Amino acid sequence: MDERNTDVIPGTLDMLILKTLSLQPMHGYGIARRIEQISRDVFKVNPGSLLTALQRLERAGWLDAEWRQTENGRRARFYTLSRAGRRQLEAETSEWARRVSAVARLLRAEG
Amino acid sequence: MTVWRQVARGIRALTNRRAADQDVADEVQHYLEQATAAHRARGCSPDDALRAARLELGNVTGVRDRVRAYGWENAVDTALTDVRYAARRLRAAPSFTVITVLTLALGIGGTTAIFSAVRPILFEPLPYPHSDRIAAILEIGADGSRNAGTFGMYRGLLERNRSFEAMAVLKPWQPTMTGQHPPERLEGQRVSASYFRVLGVPPAVGRSLQPSDDRPGGPEVVILSDALWRRRFGGDRAIVGRQVTLDDRSALVIGIMPHDFENVLAPSAELWAPLQYDMAQGVAWGHHLRTVARLRPGVDVEQAAREVDVLGHAVLREQRPATYGGELRLTAVALHDDITGGVRGALLAFLGAVTVVLVIACVNVTNMLLARGVRRRGEFALRAALGAGRGRLVRQLLTESLLLAAMGGVVGMAVAVLGVRALVALSPPGLPRVGAIGVDGIMFAFGAGITTLIGVAFGLAPALKAARGDPHQALQQGSRRAAGGHRRARGALVVAEVALALVLLVSAGLLLRSLERLFAVPVGFDASRLLTMQVHTVGLELREPGATNRFFGQVLEAVGGVPGATAVALTSQLPLSGDVDEYGAHFEATPSAPARSYSVFRYAVSAGYIEAMRIPLRRGRMLDERDRADAPRVALISESLARRSFPGADPIGQRLRLGPQDGPPHTIVGVVGDVRQMSLGLSESSAVYIPGAQSWFADGTMSLVVRTRGDAAALSPAVRTAVWSVDDDQPVVRVATMDALLAASAAERRFVLILFGAFALAALVLAVAGIYGVLAGSVAERTREFGVRSALGASRGRIVVGVLRQGMTLTGLGVAIGLAGAAAASQSIAALLFGVSRLDPVTYLGVVTLLGLVSLIACWVPAWRAARVDPAIALRTE
Repeated sequence: MDERNTDVIPGTLDMLILKTLSLQPMHGYGIARRIEQISRDVFKVNPGSLLTALQRLERAGWLDAEWRQTENGRRARFYTLSRAGRRQLEAETSEWARRVSAVARLLRAEG
Repeated sequence: MTVWRQVARGIRALTNRRAADQDVADEVQHYLEQATAAHRARGCSPDDALRAARLELGNVTGVRDRVRAYGWENAVDTALTDVRYAARRLRAAPSFTVITVLTLALGIGGTTAIFSAVRPILFEPLPYPHSDRIAAILEIGADGSRNAGTFGMYRGLLERNRSFEAMAVLKPWQPTMTGQHPPERLEGQRVSASYFRVLGVPPAVGRSLQPSDDRPGGPEVVILSDALWRRRFGGDRAIVGRQVTLDDRSALVIGIMPHDFENVLAPSAELWAPLQYDMAQGVAWGHHLRTVARLRPGVDVEQAAREVDVLGHAVLREQRPATYGGELRLTAVALHDDITGGVRGALLAFLGAVTVVLVIACVNVTNMLLARGVRRRGEFALRAALGAGRGRLVRQLLTESLLLAAMGGVVGMAVAVLGVRALVALSPPGLPRVGAIGVDGIMFAFGAGITTLIGVAFGLAPALKAARGDPHQALQQGSRRAAGGHRRARGALVVAEVALALVLLVSAGLLLRSLERLFAVPVGFDASRLLTMQVHTVGLELREPGATNRFFGQVLEAVGGVPGATAVALTSQLPLSGDVDEYGAHFEATPSAPARSYSVFRYAVSAGYIEAMRIPLRRGRMLDERDRADAPRVALISESLARRSFPGADPIGQRLRLGPQDGPPHTIVGVVGDVRQMSLGLSESSAVYIPGAQSWFADGTMSLVVRTRGDAAALSPAVRTAVWSVDDDQPVVRVATMDALLAASAAERRFVLILFGAFALAALVLAVAGIYGVLAGSVAERTREFGVRSALGASRGRIVVGVLRQGMTLTGLGVAIGLAGAAAASQSIAALLFGVSRLDPVTYLGVVTLLGLVSLIACWVPAWRAARVDPAIALRTE
């Protein structure tokens, strides 16, 4: 079995969700799949964490949620990025970039 | 926006939990289906696909719980669950709940009511701008008595002082208003022009008094209170500038006071007229005015007091050299202290007493909760074993005690509302600022505050205790037999309760004995079957000099003819009626003594007054028909004045001047017994009686005293009719039997006694309930032990004695501690006692006996129950 760590880097799940939803509205499972696909299975999303995060982001006003009827008569919840969510995504993205470059600088540094 | 979304989602989840849960379930379910479908698309069999999806998702219920645990509403939800659970537990023990709630309601309600009543009086500033700068100026006699001020002193201080920006003198005034409405006798004040400046409140409509209004013979002007203006004139602003008729004279209405103006110096006053004091009348040094002043900014009341004393002595030395003795002291005190000083001690004692009741109530409830905790050990152990954390258990128990406290608080607020109303209704006439006492937001806030405090305080100890237990051990031991440690704590609480109750009982006992003593005080006259009323004359003297005296002579004649009246007389001031009329009595120098003056009560009376009142004659003769206006001037003096002014000598034949020092002297013709004038408790009784016709001024208001054959009150209509048969324009007021005046004179003490009695009774009941509860609980826990003992041959008597000893030991300890506490606490009510020492052994002994007997009864019931335990049943119970 593959022993490599597939956990999402702590603190980045919100950003990943917002980014994923910036491409198109999606339901929970779709978001998980998309994150796995784009990360080429480096990250696997824990469904419990994902659904809780969706709840939180919706409450924060960054996502709008909408119930839609699926083809087999079930209810599915679709999430859309709101305007506030787009701003939040930009903020988190630049913050992430700042940190990543700092880490990169540190790792490049030579004694 | 986002806050709004948080709140809205939370409230939706709270109000419709099922829908919110369904949403979460649906979302999780959809996720699972999508995952399954994805696996099938990769070629798995339906079963494998589902299994793989489940594996991926983890525990479906777990995920659902995790998702729905997000959000603030879940904390509320848990609290609500706790409350619901607590409510269910309390419903399951209705008698416990009812008793606890009532106990708490009593404590919380009583405390809140007393606090609300006391707050405006003691803890709030007077309702005037910069009220801390308003002072009262007082004359303190050599014996520490506070005397009213004189106009002469007011004038002297006004000219010289540097401490005050305004000074005013005032006196009561009861004019009769006539006109288009029925005539009405009103309560008012005559005040010097700067009165409203001192208070800092100008009229809302019209103008204030001006110095030009306040001179002898000045214009007749009047300022109305808002209430009088609305009642008599329908709130018509046009009344300002119009004339009203007061005491037969026309007076111009110049202003109306604001609606919220509170006149703390005379709460019932409804109109104000300028004092227009006439120095030439010769009463400028009579003590019948109150003096108030407003301090200049930056001057404090101590500075003013020092200045007033220095200036006052200078004024007296200069203007009253004949009588200046230097023994009196002038001072200034904050008006708030002057007004509330007399009641401060009693009110603080009430607060203390009701707090004691509250503490006893809380102790009782804590005790019950501890007992309940013991019985519920099994339940807690089970919950702990099933995984409830200690915090969760403490929270649950705190919820329960807060719920109890809240219920107690709600019922307590009802108690408080009723209590405040009852306090206002029962309050003695001397209580200041009664109008400001009421039910308000602060009262409810206070109630809610102590409720919360109590809920946490008495919930925490039992909760921590319950949560600390080791579940394993507790489950093993069963619920009944593990109470040893708790018993000691509960015993200590009972001891505290008994001690506190004893303190209150002793206080109430001392007050009761005081009241008893007070009513045993000889008033100096025969108060039985004595009818009194005040007869005013309106404008008689203006029409014709001497008309007042003639009118009163005719009144005496007419009332004397009323069937059932055995003796009738008139007096300018009536004992125990609130009349205070003091003047200087100046004795001429004799070979053995220098000239001297004393402040005395002046009674201008009709012939036969001493006889009608049945005041004993000690020496000489009574006043009689011979002592007419043109006869030699005579006077009677009271025996205490005789002792004071003629120690060891016979006063008969000596001469004195009353009031103005240059007036004609009166020859003392008799000495009569002392009479209580001010109140039963005050013994200052230097008095001079002169025939009304010989006085240096004619009293326009006299009190009629009628000794009756039968019931005094029944004769009042006939007497009133007789007065009106002479002149039906003259108001007759303040009709009361002397018995009623006597009772009113003790009203303040009775009020204090009623309150303390109620508190002490509540404390006694609670303490006894506490003893009973602890013993009953202990007997129930030890059923098995008693069964074994009686099976082994212990007699019933031995068991009864054992239980009684247990209970009475607690009582005894409580009594011992309580006695020390009572002795200390009695200091706070020492000022309220009369004729009884605060360490009165009879009271202490009586209270201890009472408490002992009652607690013996309370112990007897459980003891009896213990003795009747059937060994067979007891041994089978576990």
